[in-house]
Amino acid sequence: MNEARVGVFVCHCGTNIGGFLDVPSLAKYSLTLPYVIFSQENQYTCSETGLTEIKDAIVEKKLNRVIVAACTPRTHEPLFRSACKDAGLNPYLFQFVNIRDQCSWVHMHDPEAATEKAKALIRMGVARAVLLEPLEELKIEVTPNALVIGGGIAGMTCALSLANRGFEVKLVEKKDRLGGTLNNLYKLYPTHDEASRLVQTRIKEIEKNPKIEILTSSEVKEVEGFVGNYNVVISQGENNRFFKAGVIIVATGAEALRPVGMYGYDGEKVVTQLELERILRERRFKANSVVMIQCVGSRNEKRAYCSKVCCPTALKNALLIKEANPEAQVFMLYRDMVTPGTEFEDYYGKARETGVVFIKYCPERPPVVENSSVKVYDELLDEELSLPYNLVVLSTPMVAQADSGDLAQKLKVPIDEDGFFLEAHVKLRPVDFATDGIYVCGCAHWPANIDESIFQAYAAASRASIPMSVGHVTAEPIIPEIDEAECSGCGLCEMACPFKAIQIERTEKGRKAMVIAASCKGCGACGAGCPQRAITMKHFTDEQLLAQVHALAEVTP
Amino acid sequence: MQYPPNVKIIRVMCSARVDPTIILEAFIQGLDGVMVLGCDLGTCHYLTGNYYTERRMKTTKKVLKSVGLSPERLLVDWVSAAEGERFATLVREFTEKVRKLGPLGKETEIDLERLKTRLVAAKETLAQERIRWLVGRERELVEEKNVFGEKVPQEEFDQLMLQTIEKEFEKRRVLLSIEKEALSVKEVAQKMGTSPREVLRDMISLESAGLVSFVGIEGNSPKYRRVEG
Repeated sequence: MNEARVGVFVCHCGTNIGGFLDVPSLAKYSLTLPYVIFSQENQYTCSETGLTEIKDAIVEKKLNRVIVAACTPRTHEPLFRSACKDAGLNPYLFQFVNIRDQCSWVHMHDPEAATEKAKALIRMGVARAVLLEPLEELKIEVTPNALVIGGGIAGMTCALSLANRGFEVKLVEKKDRLGGTLNNLYKLYPTHDEASRLVQTRIKEIEKNPKIEILTSSEVKEVEGFVGNYNVVISQGENNRFFKAGVIIVATGAEALRPVGMYGYDGEKVVTQLELERILRERRFKANSVVMIQCVGSRNEKRAYCSKVCCPTALKNALLIKEANPEAQVFMLYRDMVTPGTEFEDYYGKARETGVVFIKYCPERPPVVENSSVKVYDELLDEELSLPYNLVVLSTPMVAQADSGDLAQKLKVPIDEDGFFLEAHVKLRPVDFATDGIYVCGCAHWPANIDESIFQAYAAASRASIPMSVGHVTAEPIIPEIDEAECSGCGLCEMACPFKAIQIERTEKGRKAMVIAASCKGCGACGAGCPQRAITMKHFTDEQLLAQVHALAEVTP
Repeated sequence: MQYPPNVKIIRVMCSARVDPTIILEAFIQGLDGVMVLGCDLGTCHYLTGNYYTERRMKTTKKVLKSVGLSPERLLVDWVSAAEGERFATLVREFTEKVRKLGPLGKETEIDLERLKTRLVAAKETLAQERIRWLVGRERELVEEKNVFGEKVPQEEFDQLMLQTIEKEFEKRRVLLSIEKEALSVKEVAQKMGTSPREVLRDMISLESAGLVSFVGIEGNSPKYRRVEG
């Protein structure tokens, strides 16, 4: 490639950057850096005007490296890369320098120091940009078949949505029938519709859809491959089924915690909300004094999260009890009632009106379930109360499926510390995994209401149909390159790669590492550990990183 | 959310991309501290990357100690993309810690020139095949059984690692001292402030590995020089 000709665009971002940093001096400073032949300030570099200016400069000034110093690459790198591409410049010759998130926002009380830091970051960016190499994106064909794991409300909804778009779907359910958690519920909040009606409607729709194959009593045994080309093995008892899927949706749900050893739980006089649902459904409910305890086994050291669905569930069941027997007394012992949104706040009000008694307890002095009464210290009254009961109902959180870790390992996707599946980004990619072609919806991700599960299922179906509709995907060429002469075939890289994107193969020259580009996620764990240092991680090469270190160490003149 | 502007960020795809030699280069260039931050253990965006980071950085800290730098100048910690405030706290605390440690080398009162040479030796140590191989195998050796059904106890592994680092580091120092001029074992020992016996042992092993060559005898002493390349 010809000598580097770098152009630097410094963004004011309105007042986001311009209000704190001395943007004109940054543009001026950029021009003093090696290989920088052009610099400019923009009010908004990401605006149509800004993008046109970048494109014009590439053509007119014959720029072969473009730097934008602005907000954050997380949201804006794709935009500037495509502007470069439009003007005929390889998008991997673009370099982002983050001066909003890393300077103006976090050092706003010291604009001078923030400006100096921005200079250092630009200097580092230029140093790396000069060493950037043009790279070609990888194109991967996509098989238009989907695998949906889990036949609860989320999985069923997702499968239907995909089938209605014309894609073949395999719907895999561990149990012997579809329906998931809904099979165990009585009525649904806040409308009090029968859960069984919703399940039956969905199952019928699925059964008559020719695009969906239902595989009950089945489990995912093995998954190999990459987006567009997953090879799946499903075990059905003794038999194995093999098929190819372009995308995979995880909809394995969650289950209610069984509070063994807590508050005298025995499944008869002390039951869970889920067990109460069954008692109500089978019309076996007889108690006339019920004590419900919220946050049983959640929001504590072991399980820090709020399961969110238990407060509305308890309110619903309290209302159903009152409906069945208006004389029945219902006490609800809570730490904080979680009833967000207009519907649930009304619901809470309704429960109060019907005479449900709410008593606030504190976790330091939790209620004690005795033989015929519950002792509780009422935080608001500052008084110890004794509540007689025939039935105690424990509101336990939804917990991750016990085998979520196994499935996560097979799919090579992450779970969080509580065993729930972890999305790629909480805001930017809420139903995607970092692994391309795998998506998540429903309670597998986090305790969710039925309506939330349904719209997550639609979202996942929508996201999953993108690669299948287009027919191919492109992958970032941030992949390792093996220097075959140096590689000793030791296999450390193969071990370090959780995506099986690097494998040792026998060649004429002995054992050598081979890269399966489509499986590679670009982390670079292989290269940083190679004993022979035979691996170059493209777009994040040692030289590029070292250039940044060197530029950082230089003192600003 | 505010934090001191002393820290500048170099973006990598995963903390596991950080080759330990890059950290040593940062100290060679005179930076006073390095933070390596990744996702929380168990929630790695790339599944297992940060476990490699953890082991590689543990070794890097040991090497820093051999150099005569406080291992505290390298901070390895886990902070998710959603924990901005925690990140800010880490930067504040680390900046303060480094400020207390003072300029590079102050902790052991080592002079800058000698420190630089030792850092270069350390960088070469971390680029060295045997060390990198050990780091890469640690999890397997300590957590899984080998082909003979044995597991290496963590303490035993740490001991082995420390010995290997010290040995390699001394050898690299020998190599660096004869990079620009041919010296006798005695002269090297004087330059390094160690015993000639140890230098002789290192020299023999370096010679058999083809890393130094015998260049002639001056007086009674054979002189050696580092082989280029």
